[in-house]
Amino acid sequence: MSIAETPNENKPIKVKKAPKVFFTNKKRESIDGWLFVAPFVILTLVFLIGPIIVAFILSFKQYSLLDQTTILGAKSVGIDNYIKVFKDPVFLQALKNTFVYSIGVVPLQLIISLLLALVVDSKIKAKAFFRVAYYIPTLTSIVAVSTIFLFLFKKDGIFNKFLSIFGIGGRTWFNDPNFALMAIILMAVWSSVGVTMIIFLAGLQEIPQTVYEAAEIDGANKFQRFFKITLPLIKPTVFFNLVMTIIGTLQMFDQAYVISGGNGGPLNSTMTVVLYLYNKGFKEFEMGYASAIAFVLFLIIFTLTLIQKRLFKEEPQ
Amino acid sequence: MKKRKTISPVRILFYIILISYAVITLGPFIWSFITSLKPTSETDNFTVHFSQLSFKNYGYIFTNFPFPRWLFNSIIIASVVSIGNLVFNSMAGYALARINFPGRKYLFLAILGMMMIPGQVVMVPTYMLLSKLGWMNTYMGMTIPFLTNMFLIFLMRQFFLGIPKELEEAAAIDGLGRFGTFFRIVLPMATTALTTQFILVFTGNWNSFMWPSLIATSSEMYTLPVGLNSFKGQYFQFPDQVLAGAMLLSLPMIAVFLIFQKKFIKGIASTGGKE
Repeated sequence: MSIAETPNENKPIKVKKAPKVFFTNKKRESIDGWLFVAPFVILTLVFLIGPIIVAFILSFKQYSLLDQTTILGAKSVGIDNYIKVFKDPVFLQALKNTFVYSIGVVPLQLIISLLLALVVDSKIKAKAFFRVAYYIPTLTSIVAVSTIFLFLFKKDGIFNKFLSIFGIGGRTWFNDPNFALMAIILMAVWSSVGVTMIIFLAGLQEIPQTVYEAAEIDGANKFQRFFKITLPLIKPTVFFNLVMTIIGTLQMFDQAYVISGGNGGPLNSTMTVVLYLYNKGFKEFEMGYASAIAFVLFLIIFTLTLIQKRLFKEEPQ
Repeated sequence: MKKRKTISPVRILFYIILISYAVITLGPFIWSFITSLKPTSETDNFTVHFSQLSFKNYGYIFTNFPFPRWLFNSIIIASVVSIGNLVFNSMAGYALARINFPGRKYLFLAILGMMMIPGQVVMVPTYMLLSKLGWMNTYMGMTIPFLTNMFLIFLMRQFFLGIPKELEEAAAIDGLGRFGTFFRIVLPMATTALTTQFILVFTGNWNSFMWPSLIATSSEMYTLPVGLNSFKGQYFQFPDQVLAGAMLLSLPMIAVFLIFQKKFIKGIASTGGKE
């Protein structure tokens, strides 16, 4: 019996339809949808949401992994950990270093990578070669990069020998408290310019050629074209790169760990927030205090990201 | 005609800058590679005696140190993590782009929000969780927590939003279920995005240092970066051997990239660039 052709005043059509299809379309969609996201949701609950809640509780506790108590049974210290964070001279030094590092790396990296992106996007010979050449450092482990730079920058290393040609006295760059962080900044820019360059390149290629042609007809020169057309049109890409590099630099760990052998030396000059967190949590087992440091870092990153969103007044999709 | 191709001084300067920067990026690798072929006594010299170059250092670190084991660990872990990410991120990205399920909007907003959480916030509790589970110093501990990535889910969603719907609708009419449509119709169309994802995940995981250094507590579970870091600490006076290790860590990723680079750059352009 065909349902559609038998109008029935008393019973609505869908009641008859129901037993035929086991799941209605909508139900099917919701089951499929959640099945598709299930692996992600489960892993995120177990390895992100759960741990964040635990970290939050821990940050109000005095707890060591070596203690024989549970987390909930550990001694509550209220907001003492957070107060301690801002009175801790090593943390403040680490925070300062991290900001110096970020302020050193971000503008340098963005400017160099934008310039390189413009160059490899223009009509040049051996374009593919230069793209690959500029991208290669970003493929390399920070451990390998740091190792290479440790040798390049050591006292009797190649870099100092190169400087001595110009009569500049060498030094052990990574062992000098005045230069260690600066050397790490240069190394970081060297090793990560490629990523931002590739993303800028993608942004540049989205700009339709006709816009430039129109501007050329209107008599705009190269600089006007860059500042009046290119830059405004890649604003979302600039925003994206800015946010990503700031977040990345504030989480700096690998370079500092490998260069300093894990202690943030010399004289804490390469101690960063995450390295300090790592040492507090896993060398001294002050898990509660380490969690408080982690949340302070989170708040800093969160606030900076919101400020940037305001400044750019444009939300990336 | 004025339009004839003449080489202007600006153009020359342009190429000088281009080439100089390529020297800056490639120079340290070339130097490291050559140094890794030298005998220890020659490592601090500019000069290269070609007759003295050999792969001896590679053989030496392979037979005298656990480099083969570290290499094996790195390959296994990066492969498992890559496969997991390719499947799970694509599935989640697809659902967020195409399937109209309740809670989709909130889940997407949650992902955007959670992307801002630095991984270090959960370092302490995750460490405790992994010890509770008995996953410290195991392959499980080094792979399972890293099988998905929110940034890449976002990337895949953007990609799936950009491909036409008609094929999927046709497949559905032909009676193919959601999973069938996804694995047989959608994924094969997504090779560019998948390649991009693969390169990002594989190199990222291969190079990662913080988590493996935390989870791998004994030398036989080290990955290459963790192993190289400890090796460098002990044998710093042998730059040739340490740099051979550094090359062993770097060259495979450069090779992977060179193989896939065309698709990768295209993939970034068609997904990551769309903000």
